[in-house]
Amino acid sequence: MKEITLQIDGKEIRARDGMTVLEAASKVGIQIPTLCYHEALEPYGGCRLCTVEVEERGRTNLVASCLYPVAEGLIVRTRTPKVDKLRKTILELLLAHAPDSPILEEYAKEYGAKKDRFEKHPSFCILCGLCVRYCAEVKKANALSFISRGTSREINFIPEISSKVCWDCKECFPLCPTSYLQAAYVLTQGLYSQEPPFEVKGLKGVTAC
Amino acid sequence: MDIKRVDEIIDKYNAEEGALIQILLQLQSENHWLPKEVLARVSERLNVPMSRIQHITTFYKAFSLVPKGRHQVRVCMGTACHVRGAPRVLDRLEDIVGIRPGETDMDLKFSLETVNCLGCCALGPVVEVDGKTYGRVSPSQVDVVINQYE
Repeated sequence: MKEITLQIDGKEIRARDGMTVLEAASKVGIQIPTLCYHEALEPYGGCRLCTVEVEERGRTNLVASCLYPVAEGLIVRTRTPKVDKLRKTILELLLAHAPDSPILEEYAKEYGAKKDRFEKHPSFCILCGLCVRYCAEVKKANALSFISRGTSREINFIPEISSKVCWDCKECFPLCPTSYLQAAYVLTQGLYSQEPPFEVKGLKGVTAC
Repeated sequence: MDIKRVDEIIDKYNAEEGALIQILLQLQSENHWLPKEVLARVSERLNVPMSRIQHITTFYKAFSLVPKGRHQVRVCMGTACHVRGAPRVLDRLEDIVGIRPGETDMDLKFSLETVNCLGCCALGPVVEVDGKTYGRVSPSQVDVVINQYE
């Protein structure tokens, strides 16, 4: 395996060829905020919160660090005014969808993102795809999928499959940054299952509607 | 839709996973919509999870998961057609067929849809039925166009 030397936030770092910038940074303890990243899953590049500024051959560019491969002599900056502003806007857009998500609130505090900058669209789902990808890649159950596209895109449990496998699994629940997933599950269950209603514990970010 | 015919179409593409969209498109064009049983069959034969089929069929507008009529009627609502009286043509169409845009009538004869431009603005107002274009349609001519179809 080829060794590569790159610079992240002024630190010289050695990384293996084929690693992503995010992996290289987390290896030496440099924190980059993420929402759709999970080490067991293929990189997705959905939330763009891990955006960093890279400099290669004198040019700077904004890239998603969870997808960007390390390269020899790469200079990465994880906290520049440009990056911070971008992350702030992303957070504000996501907060319009899930205003009470604990992880979003935490990041919002760090980047000074305001909850009410954009008009509220309380879908409670930020489409990070963690649940969908976890189910497909790790559990290979494919019990839920994205449906539709654009602004009407949402996650959807397939009742025939989820009524068989989800009851004993529910491993995707703690992955969800907004708890919307649990609500969607309970709703699907109401549609299909004869089981007693699932008890919802610690459901934050979803109000009765 | 006959499950045998579904299998025939799948076999034509050697039940290849990569031909999923082609298979779905052919099913769509023959049956005008994709019933759940058909999708389940495709999923089983191609060894593609239902979640991905659902993802794809809801993503592309070419696929319909609700029943569609035998004839697809498209009324152009683009700027040129609009100023030449497309709304009145649409009104007349709605009256004759008895459905609104996006709907299908009870005997699965017509599905009505509005589109934003069909690319022949000089012919406005334009109505397209099953890919055949009718130009300079006046509200009174709509009857003649529609009555050709069974």
